[in-house]
Amino acid sequence: MPLIKYIDANGTEYAVEAAPGISVMEAAVKNSVPGIDGDCGGAAACATCHVYVDPEWIGRTGPAAEGLEQSMLEFAEDVTDQSRLACQIIVADNLDGLILKLPEKQH
Amino acid sequence: MTTIASTIPETTEAASLPLDQIDVSRPELFEHNMEGDYFRRLRREDPVHYCADSAYGPYWSITKYKDIMAVDTNHQAFSSEAGLGGIIIEDGIQKSSAEGAIDLPNFIAMDPPKHDEQRKAVSPIVAPSNLAKLEGTIRERVGRVLDGLPVGEEFDWVNTVSIELTTQMLATLFDFPFEDRRKLTRWSDVTTAEPGSGIVDSWEQRTAEIMECAECFQELWNERLKNPGMDLVSMLAHSPATHDMTPQNYLGNVLLLIVGGNDTTRNSMTGGVLALHENPAEFEKLKANPRLIDSMVPEIIRWQTPLAHMRRTALTDAVVGGKTIRKGDKVVMWYVSGNRDEDAIARPDDFIIDRERPRQHLSFGFGVHRCVGNRLAEMQLKILWEEILKRFSRIEVMAEPTRVRSNFVRGYAQMPVRLHA
Repeated sequence: MPLIKYIDANGTEYAVEAAPGISVMEAAVKNSVPGIDGDCGGAAACATCHVYVDPEWIGRTGPAAEGLEQSMLEFAEDVTDQSRLACQIIVADNLDGLILKLPEKQH
Repeated sequence: MTTIASTIPETTEAASLPLDQIDVSRPELFEHNMEGDYFRRLRREDPVHYCADSAYGPYWSITKYKDIMAVDTNHQAFSSEAGLGGIIIEDGIQKSSAEGAIDLPNFIAMDPPKHDEQRKAVSPIVAPSNLAKLEGTIRERVGRVLDGLPVGEEFDWVNTVSIELTTQMLATLFDFPFEDRRKLTRWSDVTTAEPGSGIVDSWEQRTAEIMECAECFQELWNERLKNPGMDLVSMLAHSPATHDMTPQNYLGNVLLLIVGGNDTTRNSMTGGVLALHENPAEFEKLKANPRLIDSMVPEIIRWQTPLAHMRRTALTDAVVGGKTIRKGDKVVMWYVSGNRDEDAIARPDDFIIDRERPRQHLSFGFGVHRCVGNRLAEMQLKILWEEILKRFSRIEVMAEPTRVRSNFVRGYAQMPVRLHA
């Protein structure tokens, strides 16, 4: 299974094996990675799963999608070109090794 | 809107009324804490329900969690625009269709992109990094209010604690003259009041009181233009998205923030005390493990659901839960019902302070209109309960609380309590 690495604001790394097809938000929540809330359950409707995709990986995940994901990200803090909602990134074999940095807090 | 009759519905009515005669918008249902049985029946028998005739005209009720989520996240099809009727079932509160009412354009009753621009102007003050700076002030003020409470004597929790604390918070956010802070409470009440609700007698009286608020905040605006601070008025006066809004748009946004920060948290502060009184085993659990405050706070917000509904207007024909909603129809998302939906939340009628996913509730809404102050609300409640546990062993509710007669603000007018040392 693809390995996803979450790095929190203090630099602590959480590596999680995730099944293809679920989102990296679900993978984090299921494995109790702190700092990803996912209050809306994966509908891009709460912006509590904000992550920064490592610059090396953003080409493969793509940037935030137009529409609800971009709209909701406008309400998160310190948003950059690497910002995504984790619930909108779906685990796949080509994301094995994906590195995601977490913000200090979720709005 | 004429005055609302204050008849108490029969207790068996929820089960016996023909479906097409069910009207869950009747404010007296909420006043008498009877809305739950009606919503339970709709969720089971007709989850997307059409009411052809009500005091607010015809409207759809959306009662299931997943259907509410679908409507709330689809702002392309379901509009919040004030000109169409805005975000409350009662049109007159928000637009001038009712005689003597005034227009109060504000960002909750706008669609993107204008909504996004105006909301962005105020969101920095309630962003987590800014909240961290406010925590010390909030804790000190909560402590002072709690230290002033009588132990062993009956008093009204709503006025003495809930209203006082939320009003102090608002005065802090606006940097409003502290000694005049109860004016904010009054303006909040007046803003969501219909004539006949016991708060105002006519639309004209409501307008007159709101104009006093307008004058007061215009003075603050002028002052902060010259001497800006880190408060909400300064942010609105200096942000490119809001600095040239019309005076009415400014007033609308101010009232939105007053209501949003006041009527909501105030009632969660009271609701939490009531919930723990009714569930003594949960209170024992909390005392044994105060860290459960973190999961109890969102559970209080779900259990209370301080805003019972949000309304939208269909911009196009749309299918929700198998029913076709027509362009122009009024659509009411009953958060109070979705938060009791058996298919989305386990044992939804129970108050459980250690739920696994307590923040999965509808009280803040979802999508672009999600509550901008959600983290502030949670922080205020967290601090309140941390400070209560340091001081008191029990808060005993002495009588059934008096509930507000409103289908929008689900709250309490009074609740007598007695503190145990």
